[in-house]
Amino acid sequence: MSVGIGLLTDVLLSGTVLMLGLWVILTADRLRAAIGFLIYGLLVALVWVRLGAPDVALTEAAIGGGMIGLLVLGASTRLPPEPPRSPGAPARPRRWILHVIAAALSATVALGLALVVLGLPEPAPSLAAAVAAELPATALENPVTGVLMAFRAVDTLFETVVLVLALIAFWSLIPDAGWSRRPDWLPLPHPPPALVLLARILLPIGVLVALHLFWIGASLPGGKFQAGALLAALWALVMVAGLARPIAATERLVRVLAVLGPLVFFVIGLGGLWLAGDFLAYPEGLEKPLIIIIEVVLMLSVAVMLGLILAGLPSADTAVRAPKARPGTEGQP
Amino acid sequence: MSAGLMDWAGLMWMLMRALMQALVGWSDALLVALLVLPVLAMLLGFALGGRAAERIALWTLPLGLAVALAIGALVLHQGMPLEYAMGGWAPPLGVALRVDGLSAALLLTTALVITGVGLYARADFATPSGVAETRASLAFWTLLLGLWAALNAVFIGRDLFNLYVAIELLTFTAVPLVCLKGSPENLQAALRYLLFALLGSVLYLLGVALLYGAYGTLDIAQLAAAVRGSAEPAALVAVVLMTAGLLAKTALVPLHLWLPPAHAGAPAAASAVLSALVVKGSFYLIFKLWLDLLPPQYGQQIAQGLGALGALAILFGGVLAIRQTRLKMLIAYSTLAQLGYLFLVFPLVLSPVTLLAATGEGTPPAWTGGVLQLVSHAFAKASMFMGAGLIAIAMGHDRIGELGGLVRVLPVTLTAFALAGLSLMGLPPSGGFAAKWLLLRAGLETGQWWWMLVILGGGVLTGTYLYRVLAVAGFSGGESAPRPLQPVARSRELIVLGLALVSLLLGLLPLSSFEVLKIGREGDETAAVEALTQPAITGAVWP
Repeated sequence: MSVGIGLLTDVLLSGTVLMLGLWVILTADRLRAAIGFLIYGLLVALVWVRLGAPDVALTEAAIGGGMIGLLVLGASTRLPPEPPRSPGAPARPRRWILHVIAAALSATVALGLALVVLGLPEPAPSLAAAVAAELPATALENPVTGVLMAFRAVDTLFETVVLVLALIAFWSLIPDAGWSRRPDWLPLPHPPPALVLLARILLPIGVLVALHLFWIGASLPGGKFQAGALLAALWALVMVAGLARPIAATERLVRVLAVLGPLVFFVIGLGGLWLAGDFLAYPEGLEKPLIIIIEVVLMLSVAVMLGLILAGLPSADTAVRAPKARPGTEGQP
Repeated sequence: MSAGLMDWAGLMWMLMRALMQALVGWSDALLVALLVLPVLAMLLGFALGGRAAERIALWTLPLGLAVALAIGALVLHQGMPLEYAMGGWAPPLGVALRVDGLSAALLLTTALVITGVGLYARADFATPSGVAETRASLAFWTLLLGLWAALNAVFIGRDLFNLYVAIELLTFTAVPLVCLKGSPENLQAALRYLLFALLGSVLYLLGVALLYGAYGTLDIAQLAAAVRGSAEPAALVAVVLMTAGLLAKTALVPLHLWLPPAHAGAPAAASAVLSALVVKGSFYLIFKLWLDLLPPQYGQQIAQGLGALGALAILFGGVLAIRQTRLKMLIAYSTLAQLGYLFLVFPLVLSPVTLLAATGEGTPPAWTGGVLQLVSHAFAKASMFMGAGLIAIAMGHDRIGELGGLVRVLPVTLTAFALAGLSLMGLPPSGGFAAKWLLLRAGLETGQWWWMLVILGGGVLTGTYLYRVLAVAGFSGGESAPRPLQPVARSRELIVLGLALVSLLLGLLPLSSFEVLKIGREGDETAAVEALTQPAITGAVWP
């Protein structure tokens, strides 16, 4: 019976994901597509749950759905409204050809992939057994955390460096005249009292949830990236509600916090070169405390960097800052 | 007198020996330093900001160059590749790094070009006095360091996912360099570049996932052995997907649309690293996929396709370069064409004739030619873009038709431009000549005359577009000698000249010296050591 229900769930879920994906692509309204994309991310997270990958599901929900969804939503509200297409004008026929070609290419890739994936060896060769065998040496219980913090720690380290560079790249778009100004995308000119109240109530609860997510990461699905993303979202909410002002790029404190995670990771990794014989190896007996230190600072850095990106950019001229198009939409979801 | 000289020589020799002995003990730390040094400098520069970022970057240049030199010396001294397993976890569970002869050469090229670019860029990206920090200088210095770390990671990586992180790092440093000036055109070019690069990342990652699903490892050497053992169709599909993605990042025709506006619109120092190094990073991965990961017989059909796209790039890029009216656009289209030569390596190396002849004989000439093309183009193109930057400063514009009399304003820069041009055209004595000559010879030996026609035709096109510039800038000037709009520091001209000279001098090296590139090519170390003792490559192809 449970197989039947599982199958029904899977069919319903994959059908909904496909339909929603198609709808997001085809829908003309930017804001609707953005909200659709947010929901799409959450549904894809459910697909990962069904595939037995709760770690991926949490990350997809926090980063793929939540974070990116928020960014897309923010971008869609900030773009100038599209000019309405006049009914008489031809609807740019060359675009259609491009769309058809793109769709055909995507379909080919998807079909080809499906064929190849179905032809993969069964059971799939995997390192899961090797990870399980070596996991005790890392003093961790969650194999995913073992891979991220021990076996492939270098990739985790460099991913956080990529995040620092993404922040630099984002800030390099600040107009020269606005370099030392605070970003002004998020704060609502007149935040409704309900929103302010919501922010006040959600903040402590959210922080607790984030800390819980972080702490269980050592043994269960969860961890620093998901917790960091949640903290960043809370910070964004607080900024929208006007409870905290966004921070300017020239502020050294946030920059130090942003690089603290990778920096501490590097220092501990280099310490391993002398104390444990290898770069990014942990001295015996100190694995757990060192990994927890790294994860705490990484969570902090991830939260700060994602929050700074969510906060947006300052405009060159304070006069340009105008609370015009579609007030209130930022807080809507 | 001569006895004293002998003593000195002996002393120096002993010193060198002692130094090498010391280096051997530090080889792990040196390998780690390739990644750690630029990243730490980037993080500190970003946190401290302002002038500190520039100062830290400038201090990192000699240190990074020293690390690259030491690594190169070690590989040469030991005659075998350096390997290191991160955290002590060996593949497939862990991630390993490896520096063979080719990686060492590319690391050194990267270090030299970035040092040149860094010194050149001091004048453009200094924080002006009276200001605590400017956006462009903070971004430039931190991104330059990040880009260096990314390239090092690409050249020493041997784990496909680790390499994915490396090319992501490369993308996220390269794209913002395109729009440092911040004009709408720059932003548009950067956005287009970003979209192409992200498409490339997705396709690459898809391939990585497929390979892991089929073989349960991501280490290139282990994958190569596994594919040789059992050839799953997934392997070929994965490599084709990854190649398609990497081609978008390398800007091979027809995925080139992003390159000319991006490379031409960036500040000169940024254009130099983008054109000289960044596109080579993704090419290097294609190179590894087809020549190291897949067994050679897999790739023969597709190699012809890659070669055809390369030929198209050579001809198309050349013709479009001739039609440009702006100097920087011309140089950008020239990059498009020169990248095409790199892809001729695939049909020439993977040809049945080469494979038959090369068993046990080390690397075929087309392989060496490709590497030489990559390296000499890096130096020549960095020199050209930075020279174009100086020209734009002195003349106030870069319209080719109005460069008359430039020879009297910036004689050193124009000389450098001409010397770098020799390498692009493939005229002796230059690195580009040696490269194209090796490719031509490989075409002859494998009976693929059509690629020879392309190489020769490409040389004519290159000559034509360079002549257009040199004819205007070098010979016509009119009566009144133009005066520079803004003075150009002689030291900057000398950096431009220095890089051009390196690309020229590569052609004067005896071919036997390229044997070092072979270190670590044969899989086992003994073969590489034996290869070192063999005579020049010239005699090594036909048994």
